[in-house]
Amino acid sequence: MDLTLKVWRQENRKAKGRFETYSLKNISPDSSFLEMLDVLNEQLVNGNNEPVVFDHDCREGICGTCSLFINGRAHGPDEDITTCQLHMRKFKDGDTIVIEPWRAGGFPVIKDLMVDRSAFDQILQAGGFISVNTGSARDGNNILIPKHKADESMDAAACIGCGACVATCKNSSAMLFLASKVSHLALLPQGRPEAVRRAKAMVAKMDELGFGSCTNTGACEVECPKGISVAHIARLNREFLIANLKP
Amino acid sequence: MASFLNSSIGKKFLMSLSGLFLITFLLVHLVVNSMILFDPSGALFNNVAHFMGTNPIIRVVEPVLAIGFILHILYACILTLKNQWVRPVGYDKQHSGNSSTWASRNMFVLGALILIFLVIHISNFFWKIKFTGSELLDNGGVNGVENVYLLVTTLFINWWWIDIVYVIGTVVLGLHLTHAFWSAFQTLGLSDNRWRKRLVIAGWVYTILVAGGFALIPLWVKISSMIN
Ligand code: HEM
Ligand code: SF4
Ligand code: FES
Repeated sequence: MDLTLKVWRQENRKAKGRFETYSLKNISPDSSFLEMLDVLNEQLVNGNNEPVVFDHDCREGICGTCSLFINGRAHGPDEDITTCQLHMRKFKDGDTIVIEPWRAGGFPVIKDLMVDRSAFDQILQAGGFISVNTGSARDGNNILIPKHKADESMDAAACIGCGACVATCKNSSAMLFLASKVSHLALLPQGRPEAVRRAKAMVAKMDELGFGSCTNTGACEVECPKGISVAHIARLNREFLIANLKP
Repeated sequence: MASFLNSSIGKKFLMSLSGLFLITFLLVHLVVNSMILFDPSGALFNNVAHFMGTNPIIRVVEPVLAIGFILHILYACILTLKNQWVRPVGYDKQHSGNSSTWASRNMFVLGALILIFLVIHISNFFWKIKFTGSELLDNGGVNGVENVYLLVTTLFINWWWIDIVYVIGTVVLGLHLTHAFWSAFQTLGLSDNRWRKRLVIAGWVYTILVAGGFALIPLWVKISSMIN
């Protein structure tokens, strides 16, 4: 298939970016979106031009690095997938595809389509952990956990920190990411001892790093590649309110 | 406490509580106004309105209501401005339609329209009853009960475009409410996957009842005056 790409190019964090238009010919509909970009970059390098910088690592939908806003949607037109799982058969011959980086103050552009998501790491460092004494491993069934709680916790733990929720949200809110991290620990007995401190510290960090405030539009859960539900945001709100009620 | 109210969730908490308070107020307001429909002589509505205007509980709730509105509007502005500010460079192309409702994305615009309507509405009735007075209010009132019924119906009968403004006002309010109802519970943490469905349905029932009810009153008054 033949395509026209409108790609965001930006030298560095400070530079003013712009769109560049490229034509690609003979792309296989069976190739993945990132393979299509590989072809583009080969073409650019062969013509002695700078290749387009974009993030990717595992290319199997588990690491969350591939972060592209494609034709107006995070991770492109397919449901519940990351960009690396998107295939060119989702597009038509002759299509124009607009490719932009995640756009949020909390995720500054490093170069072209690559953004700095270390804000998520900082939020995690603020409280997305449990403290345990090291030593020999405990028996796995030491602490019994009801199946429905374990399942819900696992659903939340599926978050891969890709940032599509922030990118999609009209408020650039990181609430779905934060909610999945808080929920996954809050549901387990191991997470309870630090629940109050965790909710307060992680929310404070999120606010400090310049993410917006949730208005419950629900766009995040639709674009989340892991289908994380906004029910986890309700739990985060609950955890945060209770944490603030306690002296 | 201060750090709670300064946090993003704390501010939303105030939006939610003030919003739920306004939601409750709307229901009471509708019940009172619906008396216009049940007694064409106006005596029933006038008596209930008089009761509401003089009852000590309502006198206390009135300033609380004003504070509720002010808090809601204040925090709506703070949150909306911050949310705009945290995305310095916007998207060239964004498809929002498939992931969220139009109303949920335009709560501030809808709220601002509600505010404009509110100013018109208050100057039409509340302001006259409380402060400036009107000869219509003194017309046929018995035992110090103002003839609010005459004030309301005269306006709705004489100016058809006022009826249109009121119907548009209720549609805008209704759109705000379609998102607001569930959202308020979600903000308080009172929702999960099961309750969400119930709350969304309850929100629609409430919205249709309240917006439909408020729209019906001017239309009813105007149309019944044309038939008689
Ligand atoms: C009688 C009138 C009103 C009622 C019953 C009402 C009710 C509500 C409720 C229940 C919410 C949900 C709060 C939450 O998500 O936690 C809400 C959100 C909102 N309201 Fe109102 N509201 C009214 C008037 C207004 C006005 C006059 C404005 C002024 C600009 C406004 C602006 C907003 C905005 C911007 C939001 C979304 C904010 C957010 O979710 O963070 N509303 N409203
Ligand atoms: S919640 Fe979903 S969209 Fe947000 S970072 Fe996690 S996996 Fe990505
Ligand atoms: S590259 Fe790892 S999820 Fe796409």
